[in-house]
Amino acid sequence: MSSVDAAAEAPRRPFTGRRVRFGDLVLQLVAGAAALATTVLVGLIIWKVIDGARLSLSKYGLGFVTRIAWNPVPGHELYGAASFLFGTAVTSFSALLLATPLAIGIALFLTELAPRPLQAPVTALVETLAAIPSVVIGLWGILVLGPALRDHVEPTLHSVLGFIPLFGPKGAGPSVFTAIVVLTIMILPIVASISRELFLGVPHELKEGALALGTTRWEMVRGVMFPYARGGIAAALILGFGRAIGEAIAVTQVIGGGVFIHWNLFGTGDTLGAKIAASYQGASTNLQASSLIYLGLILLVFSLIVNLAAQWVVRRSARKHGIVRGGRA
Amino acid sequence: MSSAGFELGGNHLTRRRRVNLGMEMLAWLAATIALAVLGIMVYAVAGRGSSELNLDLITKQPIPFSLTNAPQGLSNAFAGTIVLVAFATAMALPVGILVAVYLNEFAPPSIRNGVTLILDILNGVPAIVIGIFVYGLLVLGNGQSGFAGSFALACLMLPLVARATMEVLVLVPNSLREAALGLGIARWRTTLSIVLPQTIGGILTGTVLAVARVAGETAPLLFTSSLVGNKPSWNPAHALQSIPVAIFELSESPDPKDHARAWAAAFVLLLFILFASLGARWLALRSRRKLTAR
Repeated sequence: MSSVDAAAEAPRRPFTGRRVRFGDLVLQLVAGAAALATTVLVGLIIWKVIDGARLSLSKYGLGFVTRIAWNPVPGHELYGAASFLFGTAVTSFSALLLATPLAIGIALFLTELAPRPLQAPVTALVETLAAIPSVVIGLWGILVLGPALRDHVEPTLHSVLGFIPLFGPKGAGPSVFTAIVVLTIMILPIVASISRELFLGVPHELKEGALALGTTRWEMVRGVMFPYARGGIAAALILGFGRAIGEAIAVTQVIGGGVFIHWNLFGTGDTLGAKIAASYQGASTNLQASSLIYLGLILLVFSLIVNLAAQWVVRRSARKHGIVRGGRA
Repeated sequence: MSSAGFELGGNHLTRRRRVNLGMEMLAWLAATIALAVLGIMVYAVAGRGSSELNLDLITKQPIPFSLTNAPQGLSNAFAGTIVLVAFATAMALPVGILVAVYLNEFAPPSIRNGVTLILDILNGVPAIVIGIFVYGLLVLGNGQSGFAGSFALACLMLPLVARATMEVLVLVPNSLREAALGLGIARWRTTLSIVLPQTIGGILTGTVLAVARVAGETAPLLFTSSLVGNKPSWNPAHALQSIPVAIFELSESPDPKDHARAWAAAFVLLLFILFASLGARWLALRSRRKLTAR
């Protein structure tokens, strides 16, 4: 493509002696090599993870995904991902369910309701929440939040809503519920700050037009801002969901572990990322190591799907509104 | 806009006002909850961390299974994090800037869109997957090392730095490029000594944010640089301890003394990240003002 570039540039600089300058070529090659390296890196990640999972892939195939098992005892080895998939789905969806209304409420507060002097500092604080490392949230989760939820929130929920199997008797401490709350805290600022930018992008004419027609502020939000920002918010939620399924450290600190499927949120559980992180001190056999990487492969496939879906949604809504936005976590 | 579903008749005015008020209160509540969570968390870390915060934390090394009350610290973790993050930055910063320069200054639109998508995908790969990728690439057969750990961190930094650089490169006015080319300056000189210097503020902002992000990352280091000694080491050929991995290990310990050190380390990490974010925000404001003042 360098020849195309040079051809396009040629008439713009008629005073150059040489047709292609050596320095231009070098910079373009070096910078192009960096871009190529980035592309190769992503390919290498996919290949290396598949390569590492190969032993488990060839032994179990797709049956791995539907089996509930994690037995590393030599001679009785059997591995499956179903319980971790279940845990990932339950924690991520619940966190998304809790975070969505909160995040949209925060974004509306920041763009529509907050008194002007509050806007900038509160925005900064919400973004600070996103900068807290997951291991610190996890530390707080295991030592402060977990015990507090177990002693105060879980018994209350159980006594009021105990007829729903989700709110069973409280467990020893670590619980799926704590993991959900931790994940909610982690994805909340991401969704909130993207939604805030989307709401800021709603044209003033539309908002003022609605208000001039006599709508209340909420009716304006519902009738003008939500439809306008719908695509972007969907993308933000998808990205938040991607963050939730990929989080390993904070979840492994608070969720407790266990290879089973049950509906009691107050019991322990495990997720794909948490299982991998918890096994960092080494696998006893090659098959176990390979199965752990298989879990990582599932996670990688999910993250690819989630990112491409978010991109697709962003591009579709950008085309509709004629605006171009980058989809960033 | 039939989905809007509000009628503009005056009959329901009180009800509509009440709904509006309720929704506004819910939005206030949501913002209050977020700030309260942040406040509670920072208060917990600061409250528990500050009492354990002393020079021993930085200068003394940890003594696992110690039965005495000899002062312990996490000197190995502090040294390791500095080395790991420094090497990661040294790898990711030049490559990230070059990628951004290529995409913004040279690449045709199709390649630009493609590689931007690749950067977004890389940004979305879970940190733990980056960890097992580097485990398979560098650790298997060679053992853990600081290099492997910093390479994993660099994989996380790369898309952040590239994205941040692209965002400021776009802000550099085209008239500047055209003026330079019009004066007969070669394109590479234009890019390196006229366009890039305009973006230093933005690149610095992006780098500070990326450093703050990876300094707190645990997942990529678990499989690449976590089986470590207690002596502080500056040699990246060996596995290096890091602050987040130390917090992770101490948080799972049953010993309250270990928890105390975890809180103190978390407090230091949090302070660093808060100051880095504030500094980045200030830098961003300053450089943006400079770029758009023209």
